[in-house]
Amino acid sequence: MPEPTTGHGEALPEHAPETSSAHEVPLLEARSISVNFGGILALSEVSLVVGRAESVGLVGPNGAGKTTFFNCICGQIDTYKGQVLYAGRPIDDMPAYKRARLGIARTFQRIEVFDEMTVREHMIVAERARSGEGALWKDLLNMGGPSRAELEGAERVLELVGLTEHADTPVAALSLGYCRLVELGRALALEPRLLLADEPSSGLDTHESAMLASLFRRVRAERGTAILIVEHNLDMVAEVVDRVVVLDFGHEIAAGPLEEVIADPVVRRAYLGKIA
Amino acid sequence: MAVGLVLTYRATGVFNLAFGAQAFTAAFAYDLLNQYQHWPQWAAFVVSVIVISPALGLAFDRFLFRHIPTASTTVKVISSLGLLIAIPQLIPIIFGSEQRHKIGYLWLNPATVYFHLGSTPINGQDISTTVITVVAVLALVAVFRWSTIGLEMRAVVESRRLSQLQGVNSSAVAAGAWALSSALAGLSGVLLLPAQNSLDPTAPLEFTTLLVAGMTAAALASMRSISIAAIGGVAIGVLENLLHNYLPAGSILSTGVLPSLPFALLVIVLLANPNLRRIEESSDPLSSVDPPPPPPSIAIRDRRLDFPMRWGFRALVVAFLISNLTWVPLNWVFVFQQGLFYSLIFLSVTLITGMSGQLSLCQATFVGIGAFTAGQLAVHHGFPVLLGALVGGALAAVVGTAVALLVSRVSGLLLTLVTLAFALFADNVLFQFSWSGGGLTGLVLPRPQIGPLNFASDRSYLVLGLVVLLLFTFLVRFVQRGTTGRFLAAMRGSPTAAASLGINLTRAKVTVFMLSAGLAGLGGALYASSQGPVGPNDFNYVFSLAFVVIVITTGSRSVEGAVQAGMAYVILTQILTYLPSRVTGLQFVLFAFGALTYAAHPEGIVEYQKSQWLRRTSRLLRAWDDRRSARAPEAAQEAAGA
Repeated sequence: MPEPTTGHGEALPEHAPETSSAHEVPLLEARSISVNFGGILALSEVSLVVGRAESVGLVGPNGAGKTTFFNCICGQIDTYKGQVLYAGRPIDDMPAYKRARLGIARTFQRIEVFDEMTVREHMIVAERARSGEGALWKDLLNMGGPSRAELEGAERVLELVGLTEHADTPVAALSLGYCRLVELGRALALEPRLLLADEPSSGLDTHESAMLASLFRRVRAERGTAILIVEHNLDMVAEVVDRVVVLDFGHEIAAGPLEEVIADPVVRRAYLGKIA
Repeated sequence: MAVGLVLTYRATGVFNLAFGAQAFTAAFAYDLLNQYQHWPQWAAFVVSVIVISPALGLAFDRFLFRHIPTASTTVKVISSLGLLIAIPQLIPIIFGSEQRHKIGYLWLNPATVYFHLGSTPINGQDISTTVITVVAVLALVAVFRWSTIGLEMRAVVESRRLSQLQGVNSSAVAAGAWALSSALAGLSGVLLLPAQNSLDPTAPLEFTTLLVAGMTAAALASMRSISIAAIGGVAIGVLENLLHNYLPAGSILSTGVLPSLPFALLVIVLLANPNLRRIEESSDPLSSVDPPPPPPSIAIRDRRLDFPMRWGFRALVVAFLISNLTWVPLNWVFVFQQGLFYSLIFLSVTLITGMSGQLSLCQATFVGIGAFTAGQLAVHHGFPVLLGALVGGALAAVVGTAVALLVSRVSGLLLTLVTLAFALFADNVLFQFSWSGGGLTGLVLPRPQIGPLNFASDRSYLVLGLVVLLLFTFLVRFVQRGTTGRFLAAMRGSPTAAASLGINLTRAKVTVFMLSAGLAGLGGALYASSQGPVGPNDFNYVFSLAFVVIVITTGSRSVEGAVQAGMAYVILTQILTYLPSRVTGLQFVLFAFGALTYAAHPEGIVEYQKSQWLRRTSRLLRAWDDRRSARAPEAAQEAAGA
């Protein structure tokens, strides 16, 4: 049984994961990503760098292109212009599933759960996808059931996201908030090096959001997972991220530490101005 | 026809496979009234096209599709599949099953040649078809452009909910679209009537070329533009006629390539038209207000039931075996034996439709490939039948893989249509060659023999069938519980999320297609060996449709469902042979109506009943537990008191 902190057979950098100095190759680098939906420019030349074990927030009003940006990085959209580099290596030609195998996991804004499975089964599917040990011949010899290691792994993730007591509930019977946790757990079961969370706190109450924020901090500290997070809840953003990038109408309009960005008049006009 | 398909799809989201059935119904009614009741043409036309057809469409809408506007495309396809199977089978039940050789025509006599275009004689059929089609299409375009109802239809197509908010009665407009498209179906049926040699109520699905051409034109129009559909339909007809007339007769081009052209064209259009890729994505901005489709009820079994159920199952198998070896009359042994092989074939549907959620309409083709391979090898090359069956299964698996690779980038409705095109191609072209389907005489397969064991008698072959079926039941279950099954379940739940976990969807899909086709091929070969003689038309696409409908009715999610489907099908068929000949199609009608419940219970009727039963028993068990634990302290007190 390998150490749970390293997935994908690649060891994490040996030095402390918190330091991400300039000369080091960043974990994720998106270079001027543009997406065109039938004449509408959904993203225009957006660039973004996420260092190893860094935590970055992507904020902006609805329709700013945040989810589209996620879809480009994960490969759900493959018709973008620009370049996505993962650990210094271009991954633009890879389909979504190959990118996932590199260690990019995500959650979805409009939840995407497997309706007919229980919570535990979600984790087991993810564990199996990560280990890549499933094979047809094993299935045919009735060796395809969940292994002890997979069950233990699932148990650990369930505990981490606080779903242990719902482990055997079918997701169809869960509320939206719990489904978000299922998605998060499923993503974490992949033991990713980069986690993209798309509005993880929507549908959760303040207490649950606080729990989620501490969960993100823990995952980052313990596993060295880099986190890119789209979030409207600025309290949560403040707690989780090192810095933010602000998008509006597909353009990057500001970037930097949260306090500075909030003070930026351009951002106030585009984003906060609409809330106030 | 294409126009009607597009119209229904756009207005109601239903890809109406029952279109051919509607056309047949109208044609039959017209012929009956005009030729047998000696009504004038106009009266027969009014009744069949203007009254009966729209009434049928309205009935579809009122009793079925109105209740499932938010269901997925697959659910709607299955519903229309049920209708396609059921409606024509009802006709012989109502009107008797005699063939009708007197064929009516609309407007001008097809036997009269009116003038020559170049060297081509133009007969009454050509003129009336052309003129009536052009008039109908122009009228439709005018309605859509300038009338209020046309505008409303276009609005309902964009968003049912939004147009309701604008004060449009969406349901009524959808009903109108159904009536209109059904009238078109009726019209095309009546127009094509003279092209038929005879009307056989028991083989009603002979509007195949019509279906293929219609589907191609509709696909060409991206299921969207009515005028492109109309022009495309005409162009395809013209093209086929031209090729038919100008290719040298008797060459390989005209015997092999030409008949397959319509199917190849359909597949190319389906796969190459980029606009079709997105047809299932809802563009309705208010689509999220609709409630999600019902989740299948999940059978949660009390652990204490494991033991009795397992032994119950074993007892059932043993009882089945002993009964069939001793007291069951031979003709019923044969029935049960066939049931076993049908179950094996139906397991392949469980694999593909139940596990991956994809609707494949070419399972009977794989069955045929297996059967004919085993037959050819056994009859002409002296192979043992069982070896031939294995080769047949392997060949079917290879073909299945090829089909899967072809459709690997599409899913849902497109995949269903491509598999349907493949099935049509197989039974119109591939199986007609004497080197595959055995030609007019067919093939007569022997029963297998392993060393000294001879399975020639029905009782002994039943034992072999039972062993094979049990083996594959367990294998399919293992696959279902293993990695493949889990990944497929994930894909069924959400393809996007499955890919985001690193699951290779293409590979999962190809794997399940391969397994399913191989199993169907093997089952087909064993079935053919049970049957003895098989011919080119024994595995036509109607069976593919029927297989899916039957399995879905009992339950496509579990191996029990497939076995129950196989047994129920043969038993019902056998019982019906005791009844008058006009009801021989009744089992299809029953199953087809069963499939209509798919929208409400995607797990199938039998599975639904089972989960209800399990729920009730576990509730009883729990109540019993509660009572016992409540009584336990009392008992303890009594003991202490004593």
